[in-house]
Formats: sequence, C-alpha cells, structure tokens
Amino acid sequence: MTILILNKEMMPVVKEQDVVPFRNRVKEYATKIGMGLVNQTKLITAASELVRNMLKYGKGGKVYIEVVSKGRENGIRLIFEDKGPGIPDVSLAMKDGFSTGKSLGLGLPGTRRLVSEFDIQSVVGEGTTVTVIKWKNG
Amino acid sequence: MEKIPILRMGPFLLVTIQVDLYDRLAENLEADLVQMVSKTGAMGVLIDISAVSIIDSFMGRIIGNIASMSKIMDAETVVVGMQPAVAITLIELGLPLKGVQCALNVERGMDLLRAKIALNEGTPDDYFDTE
Ligand SMILES: Nc1ncnc2c1ncn2[C@@H]1O[C@H](COP(=O)(O)OP(=O)(O)OP(=O)(O)O)[C@@H](O)[C@H]1O
Ligand SMILES: [Mg+2]
Repeated sequence: MTILILNKEMMPVVKEQDVVPFRNRVKEYATKIGMGLVNQTKLITAASELVRNMLKYGKGGKVYIEVVSKGRENGIRLIFEDKGPGIPDVSLAMKDGFSTGKSLGLGLPGTRRLVSEFDIQSVVGEGTTVTVIKWKNG
Repeated sequence: MEKIPILRMGPFLLVTIQVDLYDRLAENLEADLVQMVSKTGAMGVLIDISAVSIIDSFMGRIIGNIASMSKIMDAETVVVGMQPAVAITLIELGLPLKGVQCALNVERGMDLLRAKIALNEGTPDDYFDTE
C-alpha cells in the first residue's frame, strides 16, 4: 500500500540545543494525529537517539518530520539525513552493544524496536539516512 | 544558567527533575550531586523523575553514572516516580540502568534508602525513626 504524505517540515539539527525543540516538535505532531502516550514516548525516545547519533557521529544534519497515512492508519515519519562519514558496516552497527563512541551501542537497535518501520542507508564518505515510521496505533 | 536544585532532607539528598534535560544540564547535575554527596556526607540520593517524559540512552547513562559515583562515596541512589510510558519504553530500548533501584514515589524511595542503609551498616531499622 502506498504511503501518502499529508504534511512535511524540515528542521536542521546542528547543535545540542536543537535536540529539545526538535523533540517538542515531534511531540506536537504526534499529539495532533492523536497518537497515544506510550507510542508517543517510544517515538520521541527513538527520535532522541537518532538525533544524538546524527550530532555525535554525523556532524549534524537535517530531519524531515512528516505526517503520513497508509490506508486508514496515520503515522509520523522521521527522516534523519547527515553528510557525515557514513557507517562502514551497517549490520554491525545495528547490533546491540556495538559502539565506536565508547557508549552502550543501544541507539540503533533500540530505536528499531521502538518504531513500526525502520530503514537505514549509509555510504562511507557520503553520509547516513535513517528513516522511521511510527503508526498511530502501531 | 539553568540549574537543577538539590535539596537536603536529613541524611538524604533529593533531586527533582522538572525539565527535559539537555546534555549540559545533565552533566552539571552529575557533577553537582557528586560534590554535594561528598560535602554533606549524604547516605542516599533520591532522584524524582515523575515530571520527566523521555529517558533516552543519554539520560539513562547520566542516572547510572550518578548511582555508581554515589556508590563509590558510600551513598545509595533510588529513582522515584518513573512514568509507566517511560518504563515501557526503557525496556524496549534495552537500557539496563545497572545498579539503579526504583520506587513508586518519594516516600517509598526514602523507605527503600533507609532499609538499604540499615542493611549496609547492620544497624537496626528503627535507627532512622526520628519522628
Ligand atoms: N549518523 C551516523 N553517522 C556515522 N556513524 C553512525 C551514525 N549513527 C550511528 N553510527 C555508528 O553506529 C554505531 C552504533 O550506533 P548506536 O546509536 O547503536 O550506538 P552508540 O551511539 O555508539 O551508543 P548509544 O546510542 O547507546 O549511546 C555508533 O557507535 C557509530 O559508530
Ligand atoms: Mg547512539
């Protein structure tokens, strides 16, 4: 089934202070489509992880916040786009506990568990794009 | 600059996190708390997160750091008031929160701290009954 974009907005995220306003924006959209509190919390937590990765590893970038629909289901799609160094081995990066930043290595695998749909594209030397969708009831 | 207040309550320190922490604020809190524990000789730290709507791996790490540093200085940490949606999300995210105990609210958190301290010191439970 095709996914329709009902609304689209772009936010640059280039510094730590951009994180909280970005999260608030995601929350506004999620509230607007009537997403429940638990799904909202999962979506915003996932968004927070991905935006931190973008800042820490991707030198910042931009995020598209979209209201999308598939059939009767509405949802929020977030596209995180950076022009950082890229990820040499994406399947390794998706493993629980893998980190090149001496961290917990939870961000990517944890995010995948929190959202309804997850996609990551990365090219070394060109950048990384992570796309997630959380359906209102998903 | 914004700061998160740390209150002294008898042998404990109480931190109420009201805003969604951004990184600098969280790191300052970590440093302030550790300093307060050493200055006051507090035996326990209560972190009230009932107003916090998001805990990501960064926030989780800050809480874990506070707990392990307090432990080194012989103080226990208890996190109180975690919202159910936050708890569900943390489990799916897979955040371990190692060494961090949770309680439903501040009163229960204090009970838990008293019990833990009594256990650590081998003192009877009524040692803290000053009411
Ligand atoms: N946008 C990105 N650009 C380049 N590399 C990235 C990007 N996002 C993630 N990575 C790489 O993937 C690894 C795993 O990311 P993940 O978010 O799972 O863990 P982490 O950020 O290292 O730790 P945590 O998120 O638990 O603090 C990172 O250590 C980093 O090497
Ligand atoms: Mg990460």
